Amino acid sequence: MVCESWKEKLDNYLDGELPEAEMRSFDAHLRACPSCTADALPRVQMKRAIQFAGKRFTPTPDFRRKMQQSMATKPKRSFRLGWMSLAAVAVILVVAALTTTYMRTRSAEAAAYREHVFSEVADLHVATLASSSPVDVLSTDRHTVKPWFQGKIPFAFNLPELQNSEFSLLGGRMTYLGQAPGAHLIYDVRKHHISVLIFQERSLNLPSIWGENTSSPKSVPFNVETWSQDGLRFFIMGDASAADIDNLAKLFKAVA
Amino acid sequence: MFYSARPQLDPVPKETCFSGNKFSLALFYDVVVSEEDLQLVSFEELAMPLFDQLYNFAQWLTQNRDEAEDLVQETYAKALKGFSSFRSGTNFRAWIYRILRNTFLTSRTGLKATMTVPLDTEEGAPELAIERDTPETLLFERSSRERLERAIDQLPVYFREILLLCDVEEMSYQEISETLALPIGTVMSRLSRARRTLRDSLRPQAQQGLSASSPAKGTDHGL
Repeated sequence: MVCESWKEKLDNYLDGELPEAEMRSFDAHLRACPSCTADALPRVQMKRAIQFAGKRFTPTPDFRRKMQQSMATKPKRSFRLGWMSLAAVAVILVVAALTTTYMRTRSAEAAAYREHVFSEVADLHVATLASSSPVDVLSTDRHTVKPWFQGKIPFAFNLPELQNSEFSLLGGRMTYLGQAPGAHLIYDVRKHHISVLIFQERSLNLPSIWGENTSSPKSVPFNVETWSQDGLRFFIMGDASAADIDNLAKLFKAVA
Repeated sequence: MFYSARPQLDPVPKETCFSGNKFSLALFYDVVVSEEDLQLVSFEELAMPLFDQLYNFAQWLTQNRDEAEDLVQETYAKALKGFSSFRSGTNFRAWIYRILRNTFLTSRTGLKATMTVPLDTEEGAPELAIERDTPETLLFERSSRERLERAIDQLPVYFREILLLCDVEEMSYQEISETLALPIGTVMSRLSRARRTLRDSLRPQAQQGLSASSPAKGTDHGL
């Protein structure tokens, strides 16, 4: 190949754009050709000078920071939000787990305490009925029974009017549940005796999750109804039907 | 001997690249982005290592710092917006440079700078005979980097950009072809004319009259 042919490809050679075999041939030619070498040398110098001079401008630190921030905003925001979301979910899960565990513990404790209270109430009911003197004030008149408790218990309560009902008041006595004083009233309905026990809610120190309408526990062989009203805790228990227990409860709720 | 084949160069510092077997230096250079790489990297990871180079190129085009900053900012915004449409198997560097260049061309400065466009033909002005005092030897004798910078500044933008892409950004002809949306043959001829024009502008005044080449042989051909 004559020199002119090589020189036509000189720029391509210096740019590394010739096929590999041709590059090697060009190398070999340059070693042997002073004319082509003389042409190549200034072009290499120019190319390197342009490369050097061409890297002339650099962004200011402020602009670089601004761009980095704007570039980082989207991915990092999502990244941060992602982690924040994960952290929030983790916190919620932990709180939920702790709450659930706590509530389960509290619920289990409350259930156990509830069983204990109902068991105590049942004992009072049975023990009173088994007593030779179940009541200390023997009267069917609520206006006799109620005043009897004055000075004996630290609270007052109302007794329902029993006219036109199947229930009759037999009397009452003082009682204690968990060292808290209360009133124990005995009612009769179709020869079934029903105990109505009234305590101050705060003196019983019952768990807050006791609830307003706690159903009869299975461990107590009686029908039971309990509720809280005006700071007083009512228990109605007996071997009468659940309907009778419920009706008597309604009478008490009506006058409380 | 003289040539500097691109694989021997290291245009992107290794520390700016990502290690690992799935993402490498090649990603920024002359290798296209694979589908696998595209799944692994974010736009920021691909674009930020090119920030300095893009800024340098932008200021060469605009010749103004504020405009260069605006241009780079707009380029990144457009690239980010269009990243979802960036196809695997495409050269990312060529893609983002093309966005920058197109953004520049549609700017006021870009429109003004490209009022005249070159006639790209394989035919060029005949090379001058070898001179005793070549522009290159004068350049190095005087150590005049500023003079070279001024000469590049004064080049028409279509010569300036291709010269910078080839010699500063060290893009292959294929990458330049993708960036400037030109056929490879046009890339080669325009590059040759750009170099000749630059040499002419650096030539001593006495010899300039002998040069047959003209820097802006304008036509209405598109860039």
